[in-house]
Amino acid sequence: MEIDITREQVYSPAEIDKHEGENIESLKKASLNRIIPDRIEWLEEDIHRNILLTSADAVINWARRSSLFTAVCFPACCGIEMMAMAASRFDLARFGMEILRASPRQADLMITAGTLTWKMAPQVKRIYDQMAEPKWVIAMGACGISGGIFRSSYNVVPGYNHIVPIDVYVPGCPPRPEALLYGIQMLKNKIAREHTRIELKFKAESTEP
Amino acid sequence: MTIALSTGNIGKVLNNKFHSAIKEISGEAIIIDRDSLFDVAEFLRNSDEYAFDYLNYLTAVDYYDYFEVVYRITSLKHNRTLILKTRCDRDNPSVPSIVKLWKGADFQEREVYDLLGIVFEGHPNLKHIFLWEGFQGHPLRKDYF
Repeated sequence: MEIDITREQVYSPAEIDKHEGENIESLKKASLNRIIPDRIEWLEEDIHRNILLTSADAVINWARRSSLFTAVCFPACCGIEMMAMAASRFDLARFGMEILRASPRQADLMITAGTLTWKMAPQVKRIYDQMAEPKWVIAMGACGISGGIFRSSYNVVPGYNHIVPIDVYVPGCPPRPEALLYGIQMLKNKIAREHTRIELKFKAESTEP
Repeated sequence: MTIALSTGNIGKVLNNKFHSAIKEISGEAIIIDRDSLFDVAEFLRNSDEYAFDYLNYLTAVDYYDYFEVVYRITSLKHNRTLILKTRCDRDNPSVPSIVKLWKGADFQEREVYDLLGIVFEGHPNLKHIFLWEGFQGHPLRKDYF
């Protein structure tokens, strides 16, 4: 069976080699005696183009609210809704806060998801005390707000505000993940209105001899 | 499936062995005098005939006039189960501890002590398990609130 040559080569191998050689020679001729300068001019003109005027409050509050890290404090069943909120369907990562820190020292938000008993209360207070300033607390669910249906029980704390200061209350039993996300948005709006006092401390020079 | 032991047959045996200890034999349970509970339980656990080697649970009920402590025991060897009950008065409630026979009774006796205030005599470590030290009252008693 004969090989059917349906298409002839446009260039012969010799012509291709010749073309390649000419290409290399021309690039070498153009490049050998020339050095492309490093792109470092912008380092010098930094000050000319990188100034943004704003208020300290706006910058500090933007930085604080844009990546709230949550401390792990989920004593009861609201924690399941909290996990749903953090997972892919509701996706807490959209707001830059998908990390639930295992250590309260790396967290600045406490979401109190669940019923708190008096026996657990010292531990929750300790978690709150270990969090670094600034820190915020969202009371999640009926139990977090008021003790919920367990309010009259002998060992349930009637609301987290007996233990820690609360910033936002999210009602529900349990709240839907959307409700908790809405509560987080409300907390962000609250942080955006905070005022930061920058205290510059100078040592007063004594005028007396 | 584990078969509930007929209280009639075992009741006769216990009646012969512990005359005054058996107060009442109902359809489901054998009610034993508080003072002889440990002896009866020891016999049921250690005899080859019954060999109740497993304690399913231990709990207590407040019947206003008295407390009733309920034991459900199972023989894994013979695939049989039995319910024992014992009663104590409300004023100074105490029941002998069975931790020496079944180790699993330890925490459950502490729970009953915590929530109903029944003292288990001979328990190695009878202190609060759910509630904290210094808690006043016993929450599962009917007159707590």
